[in-house]
Formats: sequence, C-alpha cells, structure tokens
Amino acid sequence: MSEATSRRAVLGWTGAGVVLGAAAAGGAVTVLKGDTGSDTQNAASAGAAVEFHGTHQAGIVTPVQDRLHFASFDITTDDRDELVQLLKDWTAAAERMSKGQAVGEGAVGGLAEAPPDDTGEALGLQPSRLTLTVGFGPGLFDKDGKDRFGLKKYRPEALVDLPKFAGDALDTRRSGGDLCVQACADDPQVAVHAIRNLARIGFGKVAIRWSQLGFGKTSSTTPEAQTPRNLMGFKDGTHNVAGSDKSAQTKHVWVSDSDGPDWLAGGSYLVARRIRMHIETWDRTSLGEQEQIFGRTKGEGAPLGKKHERDTPNFKAMKEDAHVRLAHPDNSGVTILRRGYSFTDGTDGLGRLEAGLFFLAYMRDVRSGFIPLQKRLSATDALNEYIQHVGSAVYAVPPGVVKSGDWWGRALFEAAAAAAAAEGK
Amino acid sequence: MPAVRMSAVTAAGIAVAVTAVTGCAEKADADATGSNAVTVISTDSKCEVSKTTFAAGKITISAQNKGSKVTEVYVYTPSDKIVTERENIGPGTKATITAEIKAGSYEIACKPGMKGDGIRQKITVTGKGAVKTDPRLDAAVAAYRKWVQAEADATIPLVKKFAASIEAGDIEAAKAEFAPSRVGWERTEPVAESFGDIDPLTDTRADGLDPGQKWTGWHRLEKSLWQDKKITATDKTLAAQLVTDLEDWQKRVGKAEITATSMANGAKELLDEVATGKVTGEEDRYSHTDLSDFYANVEGAEKAYELLKTVAAENDPALVTELDKQFASIKKLLDTYRKGDGWVSYDTVDKTQQKKLSDAVNSLAEPLSKLAAAVAK
Repeated sequence: MSEATSRRAVLGWTGAGVVLGAAAAGGAVTVLKGDTGSDTQNAASAGAAVEFHGTHQAGIVTPVQDRLHFASFDITTDDRDELVQLLKDWTAAAERMSKGQAVGEGAVGGLAEAPPDDTGEALGLQPSRLTLTVGFGPGLFDKDGKDRFGLKKYRPEALVDLPKFAGDALDTRRSGGDLCVQACADDPQVAVHAIRNLARIGFGKVAIRWSQLGFGKTSSTTPEAQTPRNLMGFKDGTHNVAGSDKSAQTKHVWVSDSDGPDWLAGGSYLVARRIRMHIETWDRTSLGEQEQIFGRTKGEGAPLGKKHERDTPNFKAMKEDAHVRLAHPDNSGVTILRRGYSFTDGTDGLGRLEAGLFFLAYMRDVRSGFIPLQKRLSATDALNEYIQHVGSAVYAVPPGVVKSGDWWGRALFEAAAAAAAAEGK
Repeated sequence: MPAVRMSAVTAAGIAVAVTAVTGCAEKADADATGSNAVTVISTDSKCEVSKTTFAAGKITISAQNKGSKVTEVYVYTPSDKIVTERENIGPGTKATITAEIKAGSYEIACKPGMKGDGIRQKITVTGKGAVKTDPRLDAAVAAYRKWVQAEADATIPLVKKFAASIEAGDIEAAKAEFAPSRVGWERTEPVAESFGDIDPLTDTRADGLDPGQKWTGWHRLEKSLWQDKKITATDKTLAAQLVTDLEDWQKRVGKAEITATSMANGAKELLDEVATGKVTGEEDRYSHTDLSDFYANVEGAEKAYELLKTVAAENDPALVTELDKQFASIKKLLDTYRKGDGWVSYDTVDKTQQKKLSDAVNSLAEPLSKLAAAVAK
C-alpha cells in the first residue's frame, strides 16, 4: 500500500527515483525520471526529491527552497524510550515524505472507520525538494537545572542560552523549545503537510510550542543566483556561504571532530529569530535614507559607492551604523550560513502588517557566530529603528541520517546509553 | 452543541443488522396466526414465547398480559438495542407488535412492573443476510447501552432539581445545580446527539442557533443565571421544557444505533468536544463550569474504551498501553483543578494552563482515534 499511495505513484511516475550525481553531503538533489522515459527534468522546476540521507542533514546547505514551515516542540514525555521511538518514527516519516511518499499506510485505502495514517493534503503533489531538518534545544539536555533523559553531560558547550540583546522584546510563547523541525519545500502545502504529520505522530510525546510559516527566501546558498529581497525591498545577506563551497562550510558551518562533543560531529548550530519589521514607518522613509541604513542601493543591491551587487564593499563609503558595514563578514569577521524567510501573519490588531524576517542561521559555534554579530548589530545598527526581535531559539543540529534504519540523534542517545550501562545504572 | 455529531450513528455501521418498525399495532392481524406470528404471554414471573425460530422479514407478536402488574414487551438485538417495544400493557389486556427483522439472534423480554432487564427468551431469525458479529463486541455494545440508559435515568432527577430551583426563583441554588445536571448528558453526548432533534433543544449555544431557531435549553438558562442575573417567567417555561426534552432523550436512548466502531469513534468525538469547545472556555461561557463538562466527556470516552479494551488489546496491544497511560495522565492533570465537590472556574485557567490541557487532549485523542480500527480488525 505504501507504494500505491505514494505521491509519485499518484502522478503516474515510475516510483523509481534516479539519483544523479554524487549523493554525498545532504543536499544533493536527486532527479526523478518521468515514465515517458525521455529526459530528466530540471531539479527545481520538476519538484524533485532531495536526498534525505547523508553525513549532514539536508536543509542546511541545500539550495534554499521557496517556502518554510518551522516548528518548535516541547518534549512532554519523561520516558527516554518513548522519545527515542519518536525520533525513529519521525525519521522514517521524514524519509518517506522527502521522497514524496505518504506517511505510514497512506491517506486512502485503509479502514473506512478509522482516520488514515497520512493526512492526505500532499496527495498528487511532487516531492517539491522537501527537506526536514531537526534540531535539539537546550531543554532536551536539562530543564530547570535538572538532568533530562540522562543527557545533561552531553549538552554541547557551544549550545549556550543566548544573552539578552539590546532591543529584544522576546515573547516566550514564540521562543525556545526542546526540539525543532525545519521544513523547507518549493510548495507550501508540502512543507505544511510535513510538519502537520510529524506533529501528529508526536502527540503524547511532544507538543508544538510555536511555529512559523515563511514564504520568500531572503538569502541564497547559490551565489550564481541573485540574492532575493527581504520585505524592506533590499537584498541582504549577499555574502553567504555557498552550497558548493565545501571549504567554507567546513570552516564555518559544520561541527568538526575536534570541536566536540563527539555525537555532534558533522552537525551544526541553528539560531532562529523572529524579527518583526515596522513596515509602515519603513515605507515612509526616504529612498536615500533607506539606502544609507542598509549601505546598499535599493535597485541593484550594490554596496554604496559600487556598481554591482557582489562588488567588494567599501565600508568607508557607508555610514558608521549602516547595516552592511556592521554585519559584513569582511568587517565583523563572522561568517554564518543564513537561510531565512520573509513572513507575513496577516495584520496585527492595529491594522499594521504583522510581518518581518524569520532569520535562520547555521554555524559551527554560536559563541563565535551569532552572539558577537548580534551584539554589534543590536547596539548600533541603524536598522534597529525599523525592526524588533520578538522570538528567539537556539538548537544543536545533529549530523545527518546516514542510511535507512539510522535515525535523528542516534549518536547522542547511544553514547548516553553506553555510558549509563558502563556505570551499571 | 449541535456540531456535526451524527457520525456516532451513521459511522459505517458494521453490525447494523436490524431495521425496526416499532410500536403501533394498527395494521397487524389481531389473531397473529401467520407463519411469522408469535404469541407472548406475560405473567408476573414468566414470559412464555410460543415459538423461537423465525424467517427473516416481518414478524407479528401478539402479547397478552395474564399477570397482575402492568407489563412491557421488547425485542432486543444481541447488543441490547430495542428492535421494537410496547409499553403499558395492562393486566388482562392484549397488544400486537410488529417488526421487520433481519437474520440473527434476538431476545424477547417481558417486563412485569415495567422495570429492569425483564424476563428474556432467546429467539433466532434465519435467512439471507445473516451477520457475523463478535459476541464480545455485542456484549460491549449491550453494556454500553445499559450504561448510557443508566446515565440518562440518573440525569432526570438532577435536571428536575435544577428546574425546580428556577421555578422557585432561587438563582444561587440553580447555579449550583447547573453543572451537575449536565454530567450524564456530557458523558454520553455522542449517543445523546445521535437523535438529531434533541440536542438543538437542550444544548445549543447562542452562536449555534439557526436563523429563526428559538434558543432553549441549558445554555439559555445559563445566560439568565450568570449574565442577566435574573429568572424570568420565560426561564421557568424553558426549565420545564428542558425536563420534557431530556425525558424524551431518556426514553429513546435504548433505540440508538450503536456499534463497536461507533462507540470507539464516539469516544474520540467526546475528546473532540473538549478540544473545540471546552478547552477554549466557549462551551460554558457564562458559568465557566467547563471543567465539569470536560471531565464528564473524558469519563464517557473512558467508559466506551474500557468496554472495548479486551478486543482492542488483542488486535493492538501497544495502543491499549498508550491509551491507559493517556487516560491516567489527563485525569491526573484535571484533578489538579478540583475545588471542593466541583471544579475551579474556567476563567481562572490561564493560557499556559489551557495549552497544557490542550496538549493533554491531543495526546489522548490521537491514539483514541485509532481505537475504531483496533476493534474493527
């Protein structure tokens, strides 16, 4: 039945995905061959599948998809075995969904008297480059100072609680969380379907704490493409870590064997910030001032005083507090991989656009990555007059699921279990 | 609340074996001599049935009361559903009852004094369309039906007390009696709601009214007591009407279409009620007695589950383990909101606490939605 209800089968595809190129680091794109037997399809436009397995999780250096559904969960169970089973169930479901298949026994064809395993709204849709990326928040390791699941001593040193930055107006109900899942896809329905079904599998073990939909990518991991614009109409984050730049990734994104802890090697850290934009006041700001605030031209996106978007910035041509001047890696010395999205949650009660940037950044160490950068920005960035950080979370992102049968977090839980056994517990 | 709750009745009934033509005797042959005719003689201690095997189709029962007490004659399915019945057969009188019956096993019961389970005789109906059922599930449905009836029976005096306080103009007493009068109904809501005409009369909220529909029932009175803070002549009429409508429910509960899967889905629907109406405080928006309804819904779901558990445990042991755990967990959480004999007012339950209650409902309702599959396997 699983094959019968796969989304590809509904499309009349062969169901046999053909993997093109190296399926190495998570993020390699597999292209499915149509049953006409003709040519392979363009990965993005065909809504192809992204390889789920790899030494790193997909969804980090994977070329940024168009849509996001990000969800943060609280763990509600105290039972370690239950949590492990959940991670196994999630991994299995994620693997299927990434291939465009339905969860479990599918959405149709089961007992008429019982709800189906899969909710069904992705039936007939292509895989749409769905990636699911899981992260572990501080609360997985210890909560209110207490050891949790025997994992306290495995909490990475670099998984720090973020300091309070100037101007932060954090809503606790949009912040934190013990686990997160980032679902990115080219089709919003595919991303929402994935989170919805994982949440459903999780009932009784985890509960959604908050979630965020995102619709327009605001940065690119493919430097050959133009940097997308944020809701202020500017290109921001032009100098990003490229998906193809292995050495930059090694240096700035992936936790190395020597960084520690062992279970996190090949993983990364994720900082998520919900940044509300004061859209209306921004729109009443003169073009010249807008460009001064960013340090870029609005049309081309070139650094002030330069012609093209990717020209090397001349920081001296910018105001002291220009955003680019403060944030640019060449000036701040901080490189992080950004893959944020614009969001709009309608309007707030006052009729103002409830919108902004859902900032997502991956890095090798939060202490040398986001924290110094944000300290600098929160103190002096000219943009601060028009933005406010209203949600915040930080996660350790475990390495990839290497092959079928492997599961998210296996190295962490096995290390803890082995240590507990050795202590004769 | 009249959300779409007919599924307890219409949900693909796998054991729907019976269609009944109840009651009246107007067209039946008085002598009952046809091949599918049976004579039932009811005395104070016996129920004599002239034959026990029938061909599927129309049967005619000629009942005679040769005892000293008023009696009733019923035909029950194995799940204790009333196929047909005749009440109030006085001493020395006769009555004729007809029914359209499919193949299967049934019981004819006489109830001298019109009380209890009655004196029962098994009968067999043969022919096309014999339905294979699991006797354990039949027993579960029968026990559930009996429990539902007992809940309805127990509700009537509580509702009468509530109505009497309103009649007497005693606001404080009526307020105290409001939530308890709803418990039996809330425990058995999917069955109560299966009679589409009763629920709109008794349990409609202001926002659930159809255009032109007169607002009657519990929530109208709730508004008078808590928001308007007065009892009008109309309220007194409405209170009396509530008693009448619930007595109608009490009489008809035995005829509800209940199957093992509809029981299981009904249990899930009780949690749906909680998830949509109670957890947000919308249900009892004037009295804030939502936690009383909430707990009653959970108890009703648990009753159905407990009765189906033996079969479910065979087909899906992991599910039963999970359900036991989640029922215990939600009851433990609810217990923290007890206050005296009742519950804290729901307007004192803050958003964070509501989120926890909502999470607990999801944790129980999700596995509970798998119960129907586990009994239908």
